[in-house]
Amino acid sequence: MTEAKTEVAPAHRLLSHLDALESEAIHIMREVAAEFERPVLLFSGGKDSLVLLRLAEKAFRPGRFPFPVMHVDTGHNFPEVIEFRDRRMAELGERLIVASVQDSIDRGRVAEETGPRASRNRLQTVTLLDAIAEYEFDAAFGGARRDEERARAKERVFSFRDDFGQWDPRAQRPELWNLYNARVRRGEHVRVFPLSNWTELDVWEYIAREGLAVPSIYFAHEREVFVRDGMLYAHNPYVVLMQGEQPFREWVRYRTVGDMTCTGGVRSRAATLEEVVSEISATRITERGETRADDRVSEAAMEDRKKAGYF
Amino acid sequence: MSVPERSPEMSEPPSNGAGPARALRRAAGSALSGLPDRGLLRFTTAGSVDDGKSTMIGRLLVDSRQVADDQLAQVQEASRRRDGEGALDLALLTDGLRAEREQGITIDVAYRYFATARRFIIADVPGHREYTRNMVTGASTADLSVVLVDASRGVVEQSRRHAYISTLLGIRQVVVAVNKMDLCGYDRGAFEEIVAAFERFAAELPGADRHYIPMSALKGDNVVWRSERMPWYEGPSLLEHLEQVELPHERPERVASRFPVQWVIRPGDNGYRGYAGQLATGQLRTGQELLLSPSGRTTRLAGIDTYDGPLEEAIAPQSVSLVLEDHLDLSRGELVSSPENPPRVGRNLEADVCWMSAHPLEAGKRYLIKHTTRTVQAIVEDIVHRVDIHTLRPGPATGGLELNDIGRIRLRTSAPLAFDPYQVNRRTGSFIIIDEHSNDTAGAGMIVGDPAE
Repeated sequence: MTEAKTEVAPAHRLLSHLDALESEAIHIMREVAAEFERPVLLFSGGKDSLVLLRLAEKAFRPGRFPFPVMHVDTGHNFPEVIEFRDRRMAELGERLIVASVQDSIDRGRVAEETGPRASRNRLQTVTLLDAIAEYEFDAAFGGARRDEERARAKERVFSFRDDFGQWDPRAQRPELWNLYNARVRRGEHVRVFPLSNWTELDVWEYIAREGLAVPSIYFAHEREVFVRDGMLYAHNPYVVLMQGEQPFREWVRYRTVGDMTCTGGVRSRAATLEEVVSEISATRITERGETRADDRVSEAAMEDRKKAGYF
Repeated sequence: MSVPERSPEMSEPPSNGAGPARALRRAAGSALSGLPDRGLLRFTTAGSVDDGKSTMIGRLLVDSRQVADDQLAQVQEASRRRDGEGALDLALLTDGLRAEREQGITIDVAYRYFATARRFIIADVPGHREYTRNMVTGASTADLSVVLVDASRGVVEQSRRHAYISTLLGIRQVVVAVNKMDLCGYDRGAFEEIVAAFERFAAELPGADRHYIPMSALKGDNVVWRSERMPWYEGPSLLEHLEQVELPHERPERVASRFPVQWVIRPGDNGYRGYAGQLATGQLRTGQELLLSPSGRTTRLAGIDTYDGPLEEAIAPQSVSLVLEDHLDLSRGELVSSPENPPRVGRNLEADVCWMSAHPLEAGKRYLIKHTTRTVQAIVEDIVHRVDIHTLRPGPATGGLELNDIGRIRLRTSAPLAFDPYQVNRRTGSFIIIDEHSNDTAGAGMIVGDPAE
């Protein structure tokens, strides 16, 4: 040793961005558990809500979840997704509530749309709000992210809903620091979005890091599809083909999981998580723009549905 | 390295290829790409109407290839419909609500995400409507603030207000973006005049590092690419600066440890108790002594648990569960710290507040305040002053504090709080004020201290 150089700057200790996002989401979930009487976690079977389930494990294990999990089932889901839901819930040993759009139709709460473009996408808002009222839920976790859509970019983490379940984008409560206002009156509720600050790529990187199982339709598979409005729809019993629509076999995977009537697949050969992540990193189109008919209705389709109480 | 195709909307990079080429790679800092992860930077933007703030954010997103093709196509289509000439209106990228697009205004704070060598969260704050309320909201979670100044108009009253609010909210990094340099011929003198004008009042706003960047958001100078039109400026582009700036939370060892108990994990009759929460600041190490406030008890940290296994040490902002050596009955709202660096404990607070409700704050009124994980009742004992928004000096507060007012108040709480002054610790120095009747978030508070001190 020729010189006594003992001054070593401490290494920067910094959480990775995924660790920071995870920690923020866990904090949000624990705030809800502590401050609300009857929360519920909305689970669609999609990638965002299965990340929510892992975050709930991180927030509350070795204890049980201090809330049930609820799936709003349109009856037109991909069978792979329902199978995944049941398997995952059995593993977790937590309580699952299924709110069914078919029940809402049978009870006359909503009327089935008809024609080749019929979808239960709008109907499920009624089913959801009825279930929230029936179980007197005062908080509902959702997997929505602000990067998905520009109306969502303005939504709070704790997003207040009045007693009609409506969102009023122009009268949102200010949200400061990480101090969330959980006060609601009877009949009102709050939608809580722990993944607000996550991007689609963050979600996939987290799934890969955590080794989470996902429904098989997220990976490339060959199936019967047809083209409508530039999207590849699964040929399925719930969609009537229009003139000129010809089913053919194609390798596809899904970027989002809605039901079979409004979700399109993308041509892909990505068969592993790593391949999916690299496909997402390189893509030039947003997930909702590429695969969701429900957002294509108008420039403000999402905003309009959210005001009415949609997810 | 492969450089993606340039679309015509993107501004030209300098021909010599200088500037942050890595910005072109989407999600470069990601775990799977193998490049270093520089963590998360949250910043806010402030500017007056027509300073070009939305254009700057749009430029940042478009030039760093963060805007997806379908989003860009939507904006192109909307731009065409609006002015018929097809000039791309970058501001449309950030205006999310129907009313905003119809009226060409920005209503509310919007959050935007992008990733280069670092992950960024932008709190995009509108410049005009209810700017104080929105700016305080955006600044509350930000590590850095970008204040826009229009080079053709110089430093205006609002620029000073924006800097003041950033400092009040504890932001230690301020970037002054001198925009629209194209309108003054990229003149060095114009830039330096603005720097000098800003520095004159910046002396009154202590504690913040200030960086000045001449730019043209419209033309793309010094936003992502370093400009060739301003060779006299040798500093980084805005994106380069954002990627490189070091944040206070990167050094948790320099900050006092603060852990508010959020939730108690009690899985059954086996006696296990995990005190769950997010380490607000600092670090905790297994075996260390702990002080619990406001109760004043002490104990030792027996373990730090997570779903992924126990930790020897936790650093902010990790979410963990603490297991204590003694069987103490702790509940939500208790603040865990180290005994060497205790928080203050008391029921009397002096605080700066920003009022966000249409119903004025008045002396004698009762509110709920949520501070860390504890919610208590509070009475407004006194309004010390109201800040004159033009002079930024304290003035009389007759008539209370109204919507968008900033002032100083004294509060007495129904139960003791464990706190730090906000300028020392943003997490244990902040609170929100909730109107018990409407349940609205009526104000934001930043603790100055105990008025008796």
